[in-house]
Amino acid sequence: MTILSSGPTTSLVPAAPVAPVEPAGETVSFTVDGIETEVPKGTLVIRAAEQLGIQIPRFCDHPLLAPAGACRQCLVEVWAPGRDGKLAKMPKPQASCTLEATPGMQVKTQHTSPEADKAQHGVMELLLINHPLDCPVCDKGGECPLQNQAMSNGRASTRFVDVKRTFPKPIAISTQILLDRERCILCQRCTRFSEEIAGDVFIDLQKRGANQQIGTFDTSVLGFVGDAPLGASAEDTSGRPFASYFSGNTVQICPVGALTSAAYRFRSRPFDLVSTPGVAEHDAQGSAIRIDHRRGVVLRRLAGEDPTVNQEWITDKDRFAFTWQSAPDRITTPLVRNAAGELEPASWVEALDVAAAGLQAAQQPDDPRDTAVGVAVLPGGRLTLEDAYAYGKFARVALGTNDVDGRARPHSAEEEAFLGHHVAGRTLDVTFADLDRAPAVLLVGLEAEEEAGIAFLRLRDAVVHRKVRVLSVAALASRGLERLSGTLLPAAPGTEAEVLDGIGTDPSLAATAELLGSAGALVLVGERLAGVPGGFSAAVRLAQRTGARLAWVPRRVGERSAVEAGLLPSLLPGGRPVADSAARVDLAAAWGIDHVPSETGRSTSEILAAAHAGLLGGLVVGGLELADLPDPALAREALDRVPFLVSLEVRQSEVTDRADVVLPVAPPTEKSGTFVTWEGRPRPFPQALSSHAMADHRVLDRLADALGVELGLQTLEAVHAELDQLGGWDGARVGAPDVPASEPPVVAPGSAVLATWHLLLDGGRLQSGEQFLAGTAKRPVARISAGTAAAVGVQDGAGLSVSTDAGTLTLPAVVTEMPDHVVWLPTNAAGAGVRDALHVDAGAVVRLAPGPRTVEARS
Amino acid sequence: MADQRKPVRKPTAQKPAAQKPAQGKAVAPRPRTGEVGAVEPEGYTSLIEPRGAVSEFLAPVGGFGVTLSNMFRPTVTEQYPSEKVPAKPRYHGRHQLNRYADGLEKCIGCELCAWACPADAIYVEGADNTPDNQRSPGERYGSVYQINYLRCIFCGLCIEACPTRALTMTNEYELAGPTRAGMIWEKQDLLAPLRSGMLQAPHPMVEGTTDTDYYRGEVTGATPAQVAWVKEHRPDDPTLPGGAGLDAANVPGETAAEMARTVAAATKQGAR
Repeated sequence: MTILSSGPTTSLVPAAPVAPVEPAGETVSFTVDGIETEVPKGTLVIRAAEQLGIQIPRFCDHPLLAPAGACRQCLVEVWAPGRDGKLAKMPKPQASCTLEATPGMQVKTQHTSPEADKAQHGVMELLLINHPLDCPVCDKGGECPLQNQAMSNGRASTRFVDVKRTFPKPIAISTQILLDRERCILCQRCTRFSEEIAGDVFIDLQKRGANQQIGTFDTSVLGFVGDAPLGASAEDTSGRPFASYFSGNTVQICPVGALTSAAYRFRSRPFDLVSTPGVAEHDAQGSAIRIDHRRGVVLRRLAGEDPTVNQEWITDKDRFAFTWQSAPDRITTPLVRNAAGELEPASWVEALDVAAAGLQAAQQPDDPRDTAVGVAVLPGGRLTLEDAYAYGKFARVALGTNDVDGRARPHSAEEEAFLGHHVAGRTLDVTFADLDRAPAVLLVGLEAEEEAGIAFLRLRDAVVHRKVRVLSVAALASRGLERLSGTLLPAAPGTEAEVLDGIGTDPSLAATAELLGSAGALVLVGERLAGVPGGFSAAVRLAQRTGARLAWVPRRVGERSAVEAGLLPSLLPGGRPVADSAARVDLAAAWGIDHVPSETGRSTSEILAAAHAGLLGGLVVGGLELADLPDPALAREALDRVPFLVSLEVRQSEVTDRADVVLPVAPPTEKSGTFVTWEGRPRPFPQALSSHAMADHRVLDRLADALGVELGLQTLEAVHAELDQLGGWDGARVGAPDVPASEPPVVAPGSAVLATWHLLLDGGRLQSGEQFLAGTAKRPVARISAGTAAAVGVQDGAGLSVSTDAGTLTLPAVVTEMPDHVVWLPTNAAGAGVRDALHVDAGAVVRLAPGPRTVEARS
Repeated sequence: MADQRKPVRKPTAQKPAAQKPAQGKAVAPRPRTGEVGAVEPEGYTSLIEPRGAVSEFLAPVGGFGVTLSNMFRPTVTEQYPSEKVPAKPRYHGRHQLNRYADGLEKCIGCELCAWACPADAIYVEGADNTPDNQRSPGERYGSVYQINYLRCIFCGLCIEACPTRALTMTNEYELAGPTRAGMIWEKQDLLAPLRSGMLQAPHPMVEGTTDTDYYRGEVTGATPAQVAWVKEHRPDDPTLPGGAGLDAANVPGETAAEMARTVAAATKQGAR
C-alpha cells in the first residue's frame, strides 16, 4: 500500500490529500530585530518572530490557546508609528504574545535590545522567587521550559534570600492528575485548556497577589448532577466532582512541573527515555502519540502533533491506558492443549502444525456424517489494515470461506449493506477538517465525547469559534452534548429511524431539516445504529433528501480497516462485493488463485449460532472479547462447543482459555502497521519496542504455510506491495440498505426500553492495570426520567434494579431529563456490563424495580 | 643569534646545496624555521654551570653513587596484598549511598548521577515514598540503584552531580569478581552501613520536619516516634533499641558479599 504517494483511484486506502493553502488575506509588514517580514494581519509578534527563527522566551503562550499575557516573560521593546507617522517607542516593554503586528512596527527582542533583555531577566527573577528548587525530584526536570529559559534568559545566581512560599503538596485533582501549587507560575495554560478546548473547567485561579494560586473548588460547593468519577477527586467549577477525559493534556502543556500524572510521577527522567512516534489504539480517531520507553518498558505516552487529526490533544485513555500491552497475562509462547486438557507451552513449529492439522480436520472431517464442518474467522475489531487484510485473505484463500466478520459488537445485515454501499472504498470523503467547516452536524447513535474523543474536541472548537450547530438523535442530552451547545432530538432507543425519517417531513423538525440542507452539513452515524432496525436506511435516505454528507464514525480502531480490507461476509477488500463476479475475478487474479468463494459468508452472530448448534468445525479468533458480543453467554457456549479453536491473542482471555491452540501476537507497540481512522485516513506507525512477537499477518502467513497455502504476507512490505497492486474498486457497489423502521416495542408498566452506550473509560480490557486512570472513569449510574422514577418508586440517588430474564444490574438512579419509559445504562462499566449481565442491548425492554438499599448513595 | 642569520629564508628548492639530507634518511630535514617568515627561535643556553675538572674526572662512576645512596634509604615497595596501605583520603574508590542520621536514605532517585556518568555505568529508577514505605525524606526515593564497575572509570562526576550528597566515594579499591554480573552493584550493596542511633528504613520522617531540614543537618538521630513506628511495623528490626544490633542489620548485599569473598581469597593467595 502506498501510504505516502498514490492517487486516490488506485490505492485501497489512499494517502491524505495535501490540504489546500488558504489564500492570504491582508498582510502587514514590520520588522523584528531589524529583519523585515510580512505576515497576515492579526498575527501576533511572537508568532512572526518564531517564523523568522527568533527565539523569545515564553510560558503562557500556546498556539492553540487564546493569548493571555499572563506570565510576562515575552517582553520586547516596541517602536510603532504614532499619529503623526513618526516612529515612537512604547514607554514600557510589551508582551509579544498578546501584541498584534501593525504596519511599520519595529520590534526589538532581547537579542538586540538591552531593555527587553533586562525586562525578561527581571520577570524571570520574579517567577523564580517562589519556585522551589526541587528540580532533581520534579518530573518536568530535563524537559522544563522554566528550567531551560531560566538558563537562557535568566540570571546566573539568585538574589532572593528569604523563605520561599510553600504549599502542602500535592493536591490530587483526580486520581490521575496531581497539582503541586508551589511550582506553578500562574501561566493559566491548564485553565485555558479546560475552558477553551475541553470545556470541563476543574481548576481556576484563586486568591490574589502573592497568595494567588491555581486551585480546585471547595467541597462545600453543592449540587451536581450525574457524572461522578469512580475515584476520589476534587470538584469542578460547577461543583461536580471532576471527571474529564482530556485532563492529561494539561500535564503535557504545563510549562513547569505543577501538574503531574500519578501514573508517571517519579517513574523516570526525560533524558533516559527513548521516544517513538505512534498512533493511539483506543479509538478510530488515529491520534498521533509519542511513546516514551526505557529499557523495553513503555513509561508514558504523550500527544503527538498532527494538525490534520488531533492537533496537539489526545484523550486520557490514549495517554494513560498502555499497560495492557505489557500486562502480566501476556502470552509469550504458543500454547497447545495437551491430552490432559491443559494449555502448555509449545514451539512455533509444533503449535502451527497442530493448528493446521486441526483446521484441516475441521474442513474435511473423517466422518462424512459429521455436521460440524467448515472453519470461520472472527478477527476482532482492533486490527491494523495489514492484519485485517491478512485475516481476510487467510479466510478466503487458506480456508476457502467468506465466513469472516470483523464486527465484535451488535451488528446487522442492514449495517453490512450500509458499510458496503457507503463506507468501503470511500476514504477521506468526510474528514476532521469538514467538521470545522460544516454549518451543522447531526450525530446519530454517536456520543462524540465517549466514542470519538478527538472528533468531539474538533467539534467543540468549531462550535466555539465558528458557530457550528450540533444536533444529536439520542435518548438524553449528555454532558458532552451540553458542552457542544448541542440540540437534542429526543428519540427512545429503536425510534431513531423514525426521527430521521421525520426530518424534512415533520413540521416540528423543520429547523433541523433546514440546517441539514445548508451546504456542507454532515450526518455522523455511530456503530450503535446497527442495533436500530432501519436506522442506517433512514440515515442514507436523510442524506439523499437533505444533501448532507454522511459519515460512519465507529468506536474501535480496527473497524474502518476491517471494512476496507473486506472483513465482512459480503465484502471483499476495497469495497468489492462478494456477489459481484467481476469483483471476484479481479481479486482472484490479484491473489493468483482460481476463484474466490462466491457464497456470501455468515456474520459474527450467525457464525456463533452455527458453532453453538454444532454446525461449525473450527474457529480462528483474533483479539476478541466475548463480553463485547451481543450475547456473551451464547458466545461462551459456542466457543466451548466448537470442536477446534485457534486463538491469536496478545493476552490471556476468555477465548484463549477455551482455545486448542493459542498463537501469541504482538501488541501495537511491538509491531509496525497502519491504523485507519473513521475518515479512512491511513495512520502508519513504527515499531516502538524491539520484540520477538509477531504481528497477526506474519502469524497468519505461517499458519497458512502450515496448511500448504502461500499467502505471501510475511513482511509489511509484502502486504503493502500487494495492497498497492490490488488497488481500489470502481465497479458496482453493494446496494443501499432499505430496511423499514420497526415498530417501537410495547412497554408494560414497571418496564422500560433500554438505552445504552459505551463510556470512554469503563471496564474495557485495554484499560486494565491502570488504576489511576480507572479512578477518573465516570461512576456508573442508571438514568431515568422523573416520570419513570415516580412510576417505579425510586428516589433520585437510590438503587435501581434493571433486570431481564438473564440477570439483574443494580445501579444508583439519577433522574435526568429524558423520555419516559426509557432507562439509560453505561454499556460496559467496570463490574456492570449490560450485555454480560442482561444479554440484551439498546432497544430491548427491561424490567425496573427499586434496588436494594445497600447501594451506596452518591457522594 | 637570530640577527646573524638571514631574516627571510626562501624555500629550500632555491638553495639545494645549503642543506644536505641527513645520513640514512632519504628526505631532507625540515628547515628549522617551519613557517615562512616565522620568528627564529633563540639558541639554547644551558643553565647548569660547567663542571670543574675533578667532577669531570669522576663522572663515569658517579652513577654508582646513586645506587649506593639508595641502598641506605627506607624501601618504598608495598607488600600488597600481605600489607595493605590505606589510600589517600580523597582517593576515588567505590561508591557508597549515604544515610541521614536517623537512618533514612539520602538518595532521591533523581538520576542526575546517571546523567552525569560519562561511561553510562549507573542506572537508577525512582519511586514514590508512601506513608508505609518512607525510605528517604520527601516524596521520592531511588528504588533501583545499580553501578556497573566494569564500566565505571571512577571519575567522580556522579558524586559532583548528586544534589543530596547521597552518593560519595569510599577509599575501597579492591573490586574484583569472577563474573560480569557480579560487578554490577545493587542498592543494597552500595548503601552505607547503619551506625548507632540510626533506624533501618523505611520509617516516617522525624515529625515536623521537611526534606530541607534533613538536608541542612537538623536531624541528628532517630526520634522516639520513629522508634515506636518501627516497633509497631517491624518488631524484629535489629536496629531497634534492644534489638539484635547493628552487626545483624548491616548485612552486605549479595554482590558485595561475593566480591568480598573473592577479594579475601585473592588476598590469601597473594599474601606471603
